[in-house]
Amino acid sequence: MQIEKNAVAGTLESSDAMVTVEPGTNGIELDISSSVMNQYGRQIKATVLETLGRLGVTEGRVTVVDKGALDCTLKARVECAVFRSCDKSAAGIPWGGVIK
Amino acid sequence: MKNAVGREIPDFLLENGKEVYQGKNYMDGKYIQKAAPKTRRYEAPQESKIVDSIADALRQCGARDGMTFSFHHHLREGDYVVNMVMKAAIEELGLKDLTIAASSLGAAHDLIADYIEEGKVIGIQTSGIRGRMGQVVSEGKLKTTAIIRSHGGRPRAIEAGEVHIDIAFVGAPTSDCVGNSRGIGGKSNCGSMGYAMTDAKYADHVVVITDCLVDFPNMPASVEAIDVDAVVVVDSIGNPKKIASAAARISQNPRDLMMAENVAKVIASTPYFKDGFSFQTGVGGPSLAANLFLEKYMDERGIKMGWAIGGICKPMVELLKKGKIGKVIDVQDFDLDAVNSINQTPNHFEMSASQYANPANKGAFVNKLDFVVLAALEIDTGFNVNVLTGSDGVLRGAPGGHPDTAAGSKVCIIVTPLVRGRMATVCENVVTVTTPGDCVDVLVTDYGIAVNPLRPDLIKCLDDAGIPHVTIESLKEKAYSMVGRPDPVQFEDKVVAVLEARDGTILDVVRQIKPFSFDD
Amino acid sequence: MIKRPKPERFRLRRTMMFMNAQKPGLIKDAYIYGCDSIMLDLEDAVAENQKDAARFSLYHALTTIDYGDTEVIVRINGLDTPHWQEDIRVCVAGGADGIRIAKCESAQDVKTVEAHVLAAEREFGVEEGRTLLMAALESPKGILNAYEICAASERMFGVAISGGDFRKCMQTKFDPSGIDMMVARGQMLIAARAAGIQCFDTVFTDLDDNEGFEAEVRQNKAMGFDGKSLINPKQIRLVHEIFAPTEKEVLQAEAMVSAFREAAAAGIGVFTVNGKMVDVAFIPGAERTLRLAKACGMYEGDLV
Repeated sequence: MQIEKNAVAGTLESSDAMVTVEPGTNGIELDISSSVMNQYGRQIKATVLETLGRLGVTEGRVTVVDKGALDCTLKARVECAVFRSCDKSAAGIPWGGVIK
Repeated sequence: MKNAVGREIPDFLLENGKEVYQGKNYMDGKYIQKAAPKTRRYEAPQESKIVDSIADALRQCGARDGMTFSFHHHLREGDYVVNMVMKAAIEELGLKDLTIAASSLGAAHDLIADYIEEGKVIGIQTSGIRGRMGQVVSEGKLKTTAIIRSHGGRPRAIEAGEVHIDIAFVGAPTSDCVGNSRGIGGKSNCGSMGYAMTDAKYADHVVVITDCLVDFPNMPASVEAIDVDAVVVVDSIGNPKKIASAAARISQNPRDLMMAENVAKVIASTPYFKDGFSFQTGVGGPSLAANLFLEKYMDERGIKMGWAIGGICKPMVELLKKGKIGKVIDVQDFDLDAVNSINQTPNHFEMSASQYANPANKGAFVNKLDFVVLAALEIDTGFNVNVLTGSDGVLRGAPGGHPDTAAGSKVCIIVTPLVRGRMATVCENVVTVTTPGDCVDVLVTDYGIAVNPLRPDLIKCLDDAGIPHVTIESLKEKAYSMVGRPDPVQFEDKVVAVLEARDGTILDVVRQIKPFSFDD
Repeated sequence: MIKRPKPERFRLRRTMMFMNAQKPGLIKDAYIYGCDSIMLDLEDAVAENQKDAARFSLYHALTTIDYGDTEVIVRINGLDTPHWQEDIRVCVAGGADGIRIAKCESAQDVKTVEAHVLAAEREFGVEEGRTLLMAALESPKGILNAYEICAASERMFGVAISGGDFRKCMQTKFDPSGIDMMVARGQMLIAARAAGIQCFDTVFTDLDDNEGFEAEVRQNKAMGFDGKSLINPKQIRLVHEIFAPTEKEVLQAEAMVSAFREAAAAGIGVFTVNGKMVDVAFIPGAERTLRLAKACGMYEGDLV
């Protein structure tokens, strides 16, 4: 998938993450801030990159403001933001395909 | 050198007879030589000890560079006294190289972080350290190594002369003109003044700072005029809204209530739960809510609590007033109900920090305690508890009376959710050991109960009562299965704080934090 | 990925707790409070512009969180919205145990959902027939059609009334006596029993009114409900206490079931308990009592 326009998913509530995606032409530019950076910063980065990889996103700016979200929440927020950026979030989601 | 909780203590800290932690009750039976202060005689009758300003009091007490000033933390997050005194000492008198020895420090003292960065304050000895001060100390900006002590360890260290207080500053809700001070009767009431009492007896000089001058004699006094050099009257010693700030309401959070109910179940399953039992609880959500369920069990069995100690708040006071507790002995008050009850409600008494928790005296209350219910930031599979450093390694907590009550009590119960956000509370290794695992008996979480294998008697109690329990390892694995296995926090080599066990040995050290980077 | 066992159509469902599927902090471990079923809500709890995000959260919650023995039901959006078809897809793909059809008014509504569920089971390679259904009756029409709704599908395990909407339709409001919904509750119960499925009462929303809540739960039990929808974990315990059988009922049920088993093993068709002859028709009820007793920690035997 390609990030076609700016999109956001998630909140800044505890245990959630807010993910913003913006179109770009310079590979993946990832910006992560987290309330649990010291112990989970690397895992958050790995999860976000892995999710983007699964979706086939190769370019764009991705900003993650993490408030202690579990991996399953991080994935859900990244996926939703990317699908929203293509106006494809409402129906026909490939559950169990690239979403897993 | 490795200590009894497996922490590596650097050799440079083990000078002048300082030892590493050897286990519970290691110092039992040893003799100590108490240190006496050098105090000034006020033989000629004085009309009043009131001086015009804090600066004048400092001058009268011979304040100079390098001195140690002490403070109590009864005014909690509302405290103005520490900042007022340090500002006068540093900005009016131009003093430097000062050490603050406080019973605790908090977010009210962010100003001190500036003085640490400027090198004016070079030493911190405290139980609690939070806010910006915790941050700058963790960043290695304090010139000397901070010393963190429990509420019982502090009077022990003062009496042993390990901390020599040059001037003790006692923020007092009321005082008379010669320094008889009380925690009630004024406009910034804090109730008990238990943490100031040892300071007043062992400091070379004592300055009372009050915002409510009352007629002589202010009796019964918590800090007595016989120990006081000067009295300063200021506009306000603290923000009353933040002094008695604990939530007076018992938590309605279903998770807290579920854990609290299990705490009460565990207590009721032991042979110590009988008429006249003694009890202390923290003020965290689930610990406090345990009162509610405990009362139910007391009623069912037709028994009463003999006495309760600790930081006191409304639920305890209510039980006392209902006649369900014999006596409440109070070192600190967390809310207005407790403040308004101490020395007013029959059988609600004040005590000093030494009387409460000092391991080196001959009869601290904690040693007679049946049950204590406490919280934790982290607890590891060795039952070691951390209540001092955050998961990022930054100083932001306080051992308080945690290690003292855990060591003294017959049953120490830690109650905490298994995870907070993404942080595993039950973990492999706590960042800092503040209460050693040999003092902790039962862990109650929202995912199950674990009993320390050192207590087969309690395991049997739970089994007999049909209370399910699991190993602490399985709780840790459950936590990690939810949040992922955390990377270890990265530290620099420099030791920024020493965590003293209550007996004065070294339990752990806190090192300078290393800023996070994806590249390491 | 968590593989949930095949859902059991008639299991114990005393308590069904609603959780907003969009709140990560809530859904991560809602099972710890011990309710029988969790109801992850895609409908009213989720804002109109967050329906898509809630589905992504739901999918990952269903596939990564181990809810253990707790049943996981999802309340989907009404058939009059643009959301329900994708809701069904995500429920089936994620392996939810069941789907609650909101605002159900006819057997056709059930059949419509069933057709989409079947299509989704085929699309995602899920065992056909695995996904259970329940219907929420929220309108007078739903109540009038209760029986055809209850009997509309082999997937149907139960029916529930939704008090808020129903009271609005009836131009009435909550009454502590239960008179406001007495007839509707009764009609729904009769329909459910006639169709052989379970029946659940609506939520009680005033969390501070403990006495009112207790009175309503007692009435539910007296009327014959199987369980109740809840909005807060602190309501669970009371429902379980009230729905628990008495010690005498448990002993009697145990005696009956064991006498029946012995007689059946010996090839005897007629048997007695405490000198009285017992009708085989009582056995399913006795077994239900024992299952309930087991869930309440009152029975530890192995008859059920």
